Parts: sequence; structure tokens; C-alpha cells
Amino acid sequence: MTLDEILIGLFPNGGDIRVTGGLVAGTAMLAGEGPIHVLGIAQELPLGVDEACALAQRVIEIIRSGDRTPILLLVDSSSQRMSRRDELLGLNEYLAHLAKVLLLAEAAGHRTVGLLYGGSAAGAFIATALATHTLVALPGAHPAVMDLPSMARVTKLPIDVLKAKAETTPVFAPGLDNMVRTGGVHIVWDAGAPLAAQLAAVLARPARRDERDRLGAERGGRRKAAEIADRVVAIAVNSHPESQHG
Amino acid sequence: MTASTAKTSSLSWYEASARQRIDALVDAGSFQEFLGPEQRETSPHLAIFDLPQQFDDGIVIGRGRLGGSLVLLAAQEGRFMGGAFGEVHGAKLTGLLRAARKLKQNVLILFDTGGVRLQEANAGELAIAEIMRAVIEARRAGVDVIGLIGGRAGCYGGGSLIAGTCSSLIISEQGRISVSGPEVIETNKGVEEFDSRDRALVWRTMGGKHRYLIGGADIFVDDAASAFRQAAIEALEIKRQYDRATLEAEQKRLERRLQRFGKTADAVEIWQTIGIDEPTEIPGLPTDEFLRRTANKREDADDAR
Amino acid sequence: MEKLNFKLSAANLAGGTRMQVIVGVVASGNLEVLLERALPAEVCTIDVATSAHGFGAVWEAVVRDFVTRRAAGGLRISVNDGGARPDTVALRLAQGVRMIEEPEA
Repeated sequence: MTLDEILIGLFPNGGDIRVTGGLVAGTAMLAGEGPIHVLGIAQELPLGVDEACALAQRVIEIIRSGDRTPILLLVDSSSQRMSRRDELLGLNEYLAHLAKVLLLAEAAGHRTVGLLYGGSAAGAFIATALATHTLVALPGAHPAVMDLPSMARVTKLPIDVLKAKAETTPVFAPGLDNMVRTGGVHIVWDAGAPLAAQLAAVLARPARRDERDRLGAERGGRRKAAEIADRVVAIAVNSHPESQHG
Repeated sequence: MTASTAKTSSLSWYEASARQRIDALVDAGSFQEFLGPEQRETSPHLAIFDLPQQFDDGIVIGRGRLGGSLVLLAAQEGRFMGGAFGEVHGAKLTGLLRAARKLKQNVLILFDTGGVRLQEANAGELAIAEIMRAVIEARRAGVDVIGLIGGRAGCYGGGSLIAGTCSSLIISEQGRISVSGPEVIETNKGVEEFDSRDRALVWRTMGGKHRYLIGGADIFVDDAASAFRQAAIEALEIKRQYDRATLEAEQKRLERRLQRFGKTADAVEIWQTIGIDEPTEIPGLPTDEFLRRTANKREDADDAR
Repeated sequence: MEKLNFKLSAANLAGGTRMQVIVGVVASGNLEVLLERALPAEVCTIDVATSAHGFGAVWEAVVRDFVTRRAAGGLRISVNDGGARPDTVALRLAQGVRMIEEPEA
């Protein structure tokens, strides 16, 4: 689906959404439920310091409004921008800042939903899609940590060998299915069914603590993460000096 | 060689193991490890690559005292799989941060990481996201999360994003913070864009001194465990808030940085712009002289991180 | 990964009271050794997981030499090896025993 098709499908009641320099911004009307803020990164744009700063500024303006309106974050990006300039200027701070403002917006009452409809990789994926409360995807989306040929080069394994191993586990290879199985993507939408209703269903879910690790365990893609994290919390709590007697 | 350590003040942070760093950092004998090596919680994903496991999966977590106060600690072992985040490694840190929020206990993260472990890339990537969320939830509950950076693997990739969520960062000259590493930039964009073998360029662009000067790190220390310890004690004494005002201030700080330096080609230009005399001498200066020459000139991130 | 298991009689009980120590790091040419005081006094077991295949005889020699020279009775020793040379292995085993003998703080 093109971005325009997606927007029409999501917002049959219309909206005012613009794409400028690959960044999406605007508002739309949910069917019968009031407005929603729409932000995003499109056209497989790399996420650099400038883009992250601009997106963060939009989120902060939304937080300032105090309207508790949900935020939809559309994602079709490349990876973080790989350049000397971006690292010189402290790209890690800009990407972390974008994630932080999204998390703060959520805490301030703006439900955040990420919709991955194209690509996204590495630092861009973490700072955008993975910083939302609920991440959904459309079929055809292609998240990645690193492309397979690069992985083959870095791990010094022939690409065929890597592909064969990728058949046996969802834990490393790129792809939407693997990101679903490991718990990163909550649900893949049906592109043939009305998107507006599917968005409404997501927005109707109660706000939850981070359950991606639990989801990964249920789906079999990440069997250890939730259990390890839970055990660490239990050990820390039980060993806390004030919780011990005598 | 005694095991109950060499808490010598001259222990090189760069050369030390994760366990040696924790030992040198905390008050003597105060460290209690959680999920230690005897639990054998190893990675389930390395066997298919015929790679050896480490019993603690490359991260040591637990509780200790620092200057008498309880803190939770996590130390990455940079020599195991490059200190990279895998499923178990990441989950140990996620759990520690969730515990920190519950117990309102401050956290020290001793970073030493190349980023996400490729053999477990999706699990590592998700761990980074879960950790960042857990850091912010802890900070919103009043917990300080302090990062210490100065190990061999640096603080790269997803690790650098976690560092960007910390309340405060302590860095040595040996420390490096960057999202894409030098080799990755060179491989993807060419040697003209970044010559990864130009060590001076690497350190000017992503090294401890530059990060300190541009406001990407808060405290600059010698490569000595005692220096990191002292800095951590001081960092923990600062009372911090984490709220909308902090993020607004950070937005301003980051926008201003782009306005001031967005068109510069090299760190030396930036250092010149902030008013440092003889900026080309910066890389060669010993710590005391470096701090003296840059006092009141560096960009700070106080209450804006 | 190749797994090797050795069960040996130990002439002398490992000194000290520490229940476990860990030494070393798993990296190329290096290894980690976990020592646990967990067995009857006259037994020492050494379990090895190694990425370097086909060196069983070398491991056996190093391990037998170790148990002959050091007081390792009662110790359950577990090794994750990243392809270390025999002298590095011997060094880590010796370091481990010295550590476990150390008086507790």
C-alpha cells in the first residue's frame, strides 16, 4: 500500500497531513472518536540528527497542547543516517531524545501507536517504531537490525550458511515475521480489511506495561527474556536489605 | 595476585574486566551478584554458530554500596562477544532497571559494548528498546541511572542509545560513543566519508574528550577505577528531576547544537567555536590540563539530559 | 562445540572456605573457569565446552597435570573455552584454585 492509500484507509473522515522532506506531520479525524496526531518518517529516509530533532519538536508541541490525543507514528525509514557529521554532532543523543519524547508523550496521556508500513533498521527502528506503546505493521513491511549480506560479512560466514541458520530460528534474520515472533510487533494488520477499524481496535486496548518480552515467550521467538527479567526483579526485591529480617 | 582485589587506585578501567571494575568501584566486599555464573543462564543462540558461551552471558549485575549508599550495578564484559547485547544479556539489564524503579534504587551501568549481538540481532534490538523504556520509567520514578564509559569496546550502536537515556554520563579519554561505528560508516559510505583506520579522527569524532566538550557526556575522568568511583559518588549526590521541563531543555540544547555546529566539518572547528585556545592540542593534553583549559567553555547538559 | 568431561581422584582437598569463584573471560585465545566447592573431598570433575575441536588428548594432559600439582579435591570445575592454548588453560586453573583458597573478606 502507498502512504496515500494507507492514510485514506485509516482516515475515511479526512485529515490534514503533509509530507515534507520525508517527514510526515499533521492531524486527522478518527471515525467517531475525535482527532489523532499523525507523525512519521517516509520514503525510506535515513534518520539523522536533523530529522530526529524535527520529529522530536513536533512531539513536544503535542505534549504542550495537553490534549491527551493519541499519536500515530508512521514508519518507512532506512537505518540511522551513517555519516561523520551525524556522529560528530552526537546522533545517539538525538535518537535517544526522540525515543524519550515519545515515551513522555505516552506518559502524559497520548497513546502512541507505531505503524510500520515500509522499512526500518537499527537505530532508526529503535528511536521510532520501538519507542511506541503498541507497534503494528502492514504486510510487506521489512524491519531489520542489519541486512543479511552485511551480517554475513561481519560474522565471516557464507551467506548461504547464514540463510540456512535463519530457517531454524527467528532470533537474528531481518523480516516482519521474525519481529512478530520475537514480540516486537504486536500485530500485522489485514491490508484487505478497513484500516480505520483496526486502528480503533488498537486504540481501545488498555494501556499496559511493556509486555513485548512476554509476547516473545508466548510466540516462541524469545523464550528466555521475560523469565530472566522477572527473576532478576524477584532476586533484587527479595535481597533488598530492608526486606530482610533479623 | 590476590583475588579480593587489587583495589589499587591505579587499576586501568580500560584494561580491567567487568568484575574487576565492579570490585574497584563499590565499597569493599559490598557487592552481591544477581543471577551469577553458577546459575549458568547462558545464551541459547550461540550454539548454532558454534560459538562458546559465557556463564553470565557477558554482563554482571547486582547490588553494592557506593560511599555507603546502596546502588544497583550492571557491568558489561567487552571482551565476550564484544560486550554485545543478546537475549539473556539484555534481559538481565532490563530486569535490573525494572527492579530499580520498584525499589527506588539508583543504577550504575558500566557500558562496554559494540551494540547488538548479530547472532541474536532481533532479541538484542528489542532488549535495547525495553531497556530504554525501563530507564525512562525508572527516572520518572526518581531513580538516577548513571553511565560509565571507558572500556575497550566503547559504547556503540544500541548501547549509545541507552547511554542517551541516562541521567548522567562519566567518560574517560578511551571512551567512545557512536551509533554507527567507524568501520560501518566506511563500509557503507566510503573511506572519504570516514577513514576508520584514522584513529585520531575516530577519537576526535566520537571519543571521550569530544563528547565531554560537546555535551554528550557530563564528567571526564582519568582511565583509573578510583577516578570513576569518585565521579560516580559525586554524580549520585546531585538531586535530579526528570520531567517535561528536562525534555524541553534537552530539545533546546540539541537544536542549539545544530544551529551552532551543524555546518562544521571537524571537531577542532567545534572546539574553536566554543572558545578553546589551541584546539589542535586538545587530544594530546593530560586530564588535568584538559579540564583546566576547557573549564567554563564546554557545552553542558545539566538538567537537560 | 565440543564437550569434554573429566572425573579425577584428587589427592588433596582444596583449601579455604569460599564456595565458588570465577576466573577469566570467554574470548579468542582465552577461557573462563568456574570453580564450585560441591563434591566429595577426593573427587575433582572438570567439564569443558570448547569451540576448538579435536584437542581432547591435550585437555586430558593439562587436566591430569593440574590435579596432580594442585589441591583440587571437592571442586566441580566448569570451563567455557574460546580456543586458549594449553599454558593459558593451566594458568587459569591455577588462578582459580588460588582464588578459592583465599580467605574470605
